[in-house]
Amino acid sequence: MADYEARTSSGARRPRPISPHLQIYRPMLTMVMSIVHRITGSALYFGMLLLAWWLIAAASGPNAYANVEWFMGSLIGQLILFGYTWALLHHMLGGIRHLVWDTLHGFDPADREWMTVATLVGSIGLTVALWVVGYLAMGGPR
Amino acid sequence: MTEPMFRTPLRRVRGLGAARSGTGHFWHQRVTSVAGVLLTVALIVIVISLLGRSHAAAVQILGSPLIAILMLLFIINTAYHMWLGMQEIILDYVHEDKWKFLALMSNTFFVSVVGLASAFAILKLSFGV
Repeated sequence: MADYEARTSSGARRPRPISPHLQIYRPMLTMVMSIVHRITGSALYFGMLLLAWWLIAAASGPNAYANVEWFMGSLIGQLILFGYTWALLHHMLGGIRHLVWDTLHGFDPADREWMTVATLVGSIGLTVALWVVGYLAMGGPR
Repeated sequence: MTEPMFRTPLRRVRGLGAARSGTGHFWHQRVTSVAGVLLTVALIVIVISLLGRSHAAAVQILGSPLIAILMLLFIINTAYHMWLGMQEIILDYVHEDKWKFLALMSNTFFVSVVGLASAFAILKLSFGV
């Protein structure tokens, strides 16, 4: 770390002035979404362990595969998978938003606001829709 | 002495900056994100098609050429994308050299192991034995 302290003429330590940072701003949706993009990215990073576990189990044999299916079917497993689905879709839609911004479009206050809301509504809506499809693919209500 | 007007900033980028890679990190992140959108859609379709199936059926589907190729593309693309992304997060938040280099190394180790293990599983499902 850089040394943020300086000495006054009398030799006493005096903290260096630091420019204002996040804490002085009112949280806004676009700002929250920016950090959520990183958080979902980090979650997906470690979530790749689940994909690796699933694939290795499939390659290992029926017993290992049954263990994965048991875990994914448990309450905690389902919660993790639901969160994983949302994180994946949110990171994907947020990424598309960033790609639009890379073309220098969508920086108006109105544009960036609706794109942000669309990312959130879209990710939640798509997650629920995918789980309904998945539920039906599993055989629906039994 | 000022530079002639017809000189563009490109001249300064020729040296590619202190990291000698210019905008490579940014560009690779973008390329893998575009590919990631397409491959994520493919992954979702594959996973849903596997729901509720037996191990034997899952092995057959995951090991079939088209599915295996898509899965391998997803794994390789995602591994590189997440390596770049985590590197950026580490460089943003970890400033003490000791922890920074430890984190950067861990990032490479984690991505290598997870990526290779996943890819190996797909190859084994494809080629059998």
